Amino acid sequence: MQMGVDILSWLLLTCGGLFVLVGGIGALRMPDLYTRMHAASVTDGIAPILIVGGLILQAGITLASIKLAAILIFLLLTGPAASNALASAAVLSGHRPGNASEMSAEEEA
Amino acid sequence: MSAVFGIFLLTLMLITAIAVVRTRNLFVATTLMGIFSLLLASNFFLLDAADVALTEAAVGAGISTVLFLSALSLTAEQEKPGHRGRLVALAVVLVTTLALLHATLDSPLLGDINAPVHQHVAPWYIDNTPLAIDVPNVVTAVLASFRGFDTLGEVFVVFTAGIGVMFLLAHYPQKPPHQPHHGLRHYLIQRLVGRTVIPFILLFGFYVQFHGDFGPGGGFQAGTLIAAGIILFALLEGPNSAIKVIPSGVLKGMVAGGALLYGGVGVATMLLGGTFLDYSVLSSDPVAGQHLGILLIELGVGITVTGVLLSIFFAFASRKHF
Repeated sequence: MQMGVDILSWLLLTCGGLFVLVGGIGALRMPDLYTRMHAASVTDGIAPILIVGGLILQAGITLASIKLAAILIFLLLTGPAASNALASAAVLSGHRPGNASEMSAEEEA
Repeated sequence: MSAVFGIFLLTLMLITAIAVVRTRNLFVATTLMGIFSLLLASNFFLLDAADVALTEAAVGAGISTVLFLSALSLTAEQEKPGHRGRLVALAVVLVTTLALLHATLDSPLLGDINAPVHQHVAPWYIDNTPLAIDVPNVVTAVLASFRGFDTLGEVFVVFTAGIGVMFLLAHYPQKPPHQPHHGLRHYLIQRLVGRTVIPFILLFGFYVQFHGDFGPGGGFQAGTLIAAGIILFALLEGPNSAIKVIPSGVLKGMVAGGALLYGGVGVATMLLGGTFLDYSVLSSDPVAGQHLGILLIELGVGITVTGVLLSIFFAFASRKHF
């Protein structure tokens, strides 16, 4: 029983870590702001569910689990809202998808 | 394992610090400073300094970033290029670095039980806190009771900083001007999420305030958290709505009242026959007196910190309506 819980939580934690890695690579390698945000949102969305899920399995039925669940709910509420605000702000400030050369020129300036 | 993680965090902090110095874009520098503070807070937590970690996360990563951004909205986004005095700056930095590196050769190893810092007054505090004050969090006992006079000084530093900003920037609108479209009115998702989250932020702030005797927390952290909740409200609904919630007079009263409450507790202990800030005389039972005194002065700290942070934010925000 304990063995099974350990294996499951280990799987969840590893998968969560992999999704964070994928999000990080995507945020570095994608061509423009919107595709980068699309890659980074993997870190906001699925990764916390998997990682905090794995940690809850490790903690068992304790007060720590309830705190972890509260943190997860907070992350799931605020992360997408922040991504949405960032994307809206980018649209309002006139960023258009796909002009990678313009973006890198701005970064170098 | 903890050492590996610590080195990892410190390396990331070094990279962030170099990036802050290198960038000419002040907006990017502000964001990087927030990341730097969060890394520092994680590092404090790794060193088992939960109280300091909470403060660093709330003040450094949270409020400071917001205040820097409000200040940035009044000025240009790009740093002015300056070339004068670069060699002097380099020399000063080099000499300071070498002196600090030399000093580390004499300092004891991390966690060394024979280090002077662990042999001087720390054992006395750890032995006497359960007897004299009886709160589980020794940090709170030291901060609020044993060294209450130092903390009074800190509160007055915060109070003075608030007054300074008020003198420099004070333009607190007495009446909300008629500009209906403020804040993020068309950002429906953010406003809904903010309205859901803000009550819980305030609740957590009060928990940190009144739970400081038992766990990490206290007036400084709680004041920052409550101010952060109200600043989030101001960002979402516009500063005018926030000014309706906390009018100018109430805010000024909070800035002065918290410090006054702290000093007043000290005067009360003197009138009751004790020394300044000796809470034992506040009740017939000395330990209960200590608890009451710590509760009151932490409340004073929290009220002043909230008031000062909100005053600074509104002083910036009322200069330029976002």
